[in-house]
Amino acid sequence: MEYLLIIISAIFVNNIVLAQFLGICPFLGVSNKLSTASGMSLAVCFVITLATVVTYLINKFLLVPFGLTFLQTIAFILVIAALVQTVEIVLKKVSPSLYQALGIFLPLITTNCAVLGVAINVVTKQFTFGGEAHMLGLGEATVYAFATSLGYGLAMILFAGIREHLALNEVPKAFKGLPIAMISVGIMALAFLGFSGIV
Amino acid sequence: MSKFSLITKGLLKENPTFVLVLGMCPTLATTTSAMNGLEMGLATMFVLILSNIVISLISPIVPDKVHIPVYIVVIATFVTVLQLLMQAFVPDVYKTLGLFIPLIVVNCIILGRAEAFANKNGVWDSALDGIGIGIGFTLSLTVIGIVREILGSGSVFGWKFIAGDGMLAFVMAPGAFIVLGYLMVLFNKLAKK
Repeated sequence: MEYLLIIISAIFVNNIVLAQFLGICPFLGVSNKLSTASGMSLAVCFVITLATVVTYLINKFLLVPFGLTFLQTIAFILVIAALVQTVEIVLKKVSPSLYQALGIFLPLITTNCAVLGVAINVVTKQFTFGGEAHMLGLGEATVYAFATSLGYGLAMILFAGIREHLALNEVPKAFKGLPIAMISVGIMALAFLGFSGIV
Repeated sequence: MSKFSLITKGLLKENPTFVLVLGMCPTLATTTSAMNGLEMGLATMFVLILSNIVISLISPIVPDKVHIPVYIVVIATFVTVLQLLMQAFVPDVYKTLGLFIPLIVVNCIILGRAEAFANKNGVWDSALDGIGIGIGFTLSLTVIGIVREILGSGSVFGWKFIAGDGMLAFVMAPGAFIVLGYLMVLFNKLAKK
């Protein structure tokens, strides 16, 4: 039951893009086309889940026992950078077409604040899912990270759909491009606000 | 490029928020009020200036292949310094801005300036560039914060001049996107003629 609450909360109620403002740059950058948006979501999904598990373990077994928690920011960003590099190498070998499609956006996942944001949130924040406030265990953290990245994918793919239609419409010159996109995201966020209070 | 234009270009020509569209996450998340926007801008400026200075100093000796990881470590170090300083002297501000202080590490403005300016220019110019872009960022965040605070809670910098609750949606997530969208339109209309 608790896992279900975590999943609903992370995907809809506290959607990472529309409610927490994380990972906006790639969200705006690759949502022009549905195909790149779904590829990017997949990559982010993979990296967020993996990075959260690895940083959680590093925090628990390396930083906390030695009293080095002030190094969290530096340690986490290095781990994430190394992970992204690994994913890039593996993807290049396993699926060259996906690698081609993601192009320059794969290295940019390193500076996607969603990845670092989730990793830091999981080890520093107390969560309430139905019960009382508590720090997440490894299982919960993994589910939370995975569900959050699903929420990222959902927002990204929905928005890519909207944007493909936007491109066909005549908008005033000053609104062209990012401004109208930004306002559309705002309206989407307004819709997602309707989910608040469920969990 | 003259020293003066290094500082002023961040305001209009290379405004990080409205022209370069970088660092969107803190821009949207922390501008719930004018004060929060201003504080976030200053925090980012602190890291931006120091990392620009150090990166311009070390860039000649950093091998090209590993320059990005090295820059990130430099930036992360200054963010950690900032975190410790803020926890010690302004713990309330640190609490309000929360996650977005450590996330300065992944703010594209800082790595962007390192790549585009600091690794090709001298120490003095890089520091000025950091100040200029930092001021541009701080001002943009403050403006967005002012607009959202007026619409959302009827006050500016905590000074309330409209009675009542205001439109709460503008303090929450959707308002951030919508206000930024319309401000971009305004900026396009006025500045890009």
